[in-house]
Amino acid sequence: MADAFVDLDRVTLRYGMGDTLALDETSIKIARGEFIAVVGPSGCGKSTLLKLVSGLVRPSSGNVLVDNKEVDGPLKIVGMAFQNPTLLPWRTTLKNILLPLEIVEPHRKNFRKNKDMYIQRAKDLLATVGLSGFEDKFPWQLSGGMQQRASLCRSLIHEPDLLMLDEPFGALDAFTREELWAILQELWTKRPFTVILVTHDLREAAYLADTIYVMSKRPGQVVEMRRNTLPRPRTLETTFTEEYTTLVHELREHISAVRAA
Amino acid sequence: MTPTFRKSVPWLTSIGLFVVWELGCLLLQVPEYILPRPSASIMAGWEFRDAIWMHAVQTLYTTVVGFGIAVVFGVLLGVFVGSSKAIYDALNPLLIGFNAVPKVAVVPVLVMWFGIGTVPAVLTAFLISFFPIVVNVATGLATLEPELRDVLRSLGAKRRDILFKVGFPRSLPFFFASLKVAITLAFVGSVMAETVASNAGVGYLMMSASSRFQMPLVFAGLLVIAAMGIIMYELFSVIERRSTQWAHRGQQGA
Ligand SMILES: Nc1ncnc2c1ncn2[C@@H]1O[C@H](COP(=O)(O)OP(=O)(O)OP(=O)(O)O)[C@@H](O)[C@H]1O
Ligand SMILES: [Mg+2]
Repeated sequence: MADAFVDLDRVTLRYGMGDTLALDETSIKIARGEFIAVVGPSGCGKSTLLKLVSGLVRPSSGNVLVDNKEVDGPLKIVGMAFQNPTLLPWRTTLKNILLPLEIVEPHRKNFRKNKDMYIQRAKDLLATVGLSGFEDKFPWQLSGGMQQRASLCRSLIHEPDLLMLDEPFGALDAFTREELWAILQELWTKRPFTVILVTHDLREAAYLADTIYVMSKRPGQVVEMRRNTLPRPRTLETTFTEEYTTLVHELREHISAVRAA
Repeated sequence: MTPTFRKSVPWLTSIGLFVVWELGCLLLQVPEYILPRPSASIMAGWEFRDAIWMHAVQTLYTTVVGFGIAVVFGVLLGVFVGSSKAIYDALNPLLIGFNAVPKVAVVPVLVMWFGIGTVPAVLTAFLISFFPIVVNVATGLATLEPELRDVLRSLGAKRRDILFKVGFPRSLPFFFASLKVAITLAFVGSVMAETVASNAGVGYLMMSASSRFQMPLVFAGLLVIAAMGIIMYELFSVIERRSTQWAHRGQQGA
């Protein structure tokens, strides 16, 4: 695949003085607009993988290419969301979501001038995730699920080409989680961006991703790549189809095998 | 507990303490040159009100000036120390060592340099009160969640952006909390210096009163210092609550 948008080529990463081998010769190619999910046992280097792609850490060996360019510092085209929503408690929900626009060029330059437009964009985004009317509430006045929705909005407001999600729904209840899957899928369908989703939830991977990577125990390596051909848009109904349950089962078996190894 | 009752509790406990103190002195017949009764202290305070007023203004002045220098210096040093792990590690032992030196031992040095008077008192107030400000500001800056830092860095945020958008607002509650501690310490510093190296201020007043065995006046001085400490502490509490409401959300039942 010559036209890979994200291309990890035999990437190895050691932390500290080289005593922790987090990733070992991992290769992943992601097409532009593709939605991939990474699953694997705890500590196998999934979060590390995201940091490598976004340029927050440099590989010990191997190459990380994004858009055919070697990644040699933090990329500015990414959005990130984590399990912990990390909203700023002194800013209202709306102001939290506007934060990336105050930092990323060219928005930063035009922030004053285009403020009304940006606020409208943030409000639209909030409406999509069902948070209309909470613009002026502070994060601590929102529930955990609402904070996570806001965090998702913050990761998308600057229209990044690449979205990194590190177990973003991990701390939520099953109903909220499924609701947010649908919302994320909708956002992604409207304006396709490339997504790397790290998750522990195999049902989540099977619902959202085009391609699912299974990683081995530390040091992490990709041991399995599964294309997910379930038709889109996927709905709650999809999760009751046999194709879906079979996929989840097979992933489950891979994980069990990896953990036992 | 009704709100009015809750508001009056601190007053009730203070008055209760005075009543116990008064009655204790009366019943046990404690001589005045050992522990004067609060009523005697207050009366002495009223009798010497002009002198007390003058000395209290002097003490307040040295304390506030010393505290002001401590705030400016403490914030600058705190930002410097908190901005990088390496600087933090390099300076921390020095700061702790400096803080461990009893400031009363420094006063003679200051007197040698600046002579008896206002300057040593201001400097002692400064030296004793800047440490908590430095530590709190540095801690507020240094304890940024790694994930939040990743979010900002992945957006291409520079060190300055992170400092202004997150570092400063985040360390504000730490800063205000340290001001409350620092202002009371500043009183300790200035009064201490006044007792040994000054001819003005409540510390000096108490020293000279005790040399004349006017114990009620000594205690009147103590009460005045305590009152000034409480007022300044409360003042900074109010400022703290007003400016960093988000950090006190638990207490408002919000
Ligand atoms: N900053 C760091 N310094 C040293 N070692 C680290 C650092 N970050 C991660 N590691 C180590 O690298 C390995 C991979 O960590 P990583 O966070 O990528 O795992 P993960 O797959 O995201 O795990 P989890 O599913 O539990 O989040 C772990 O063994 C971890 O101890
Ligand atoms: Mg992780």
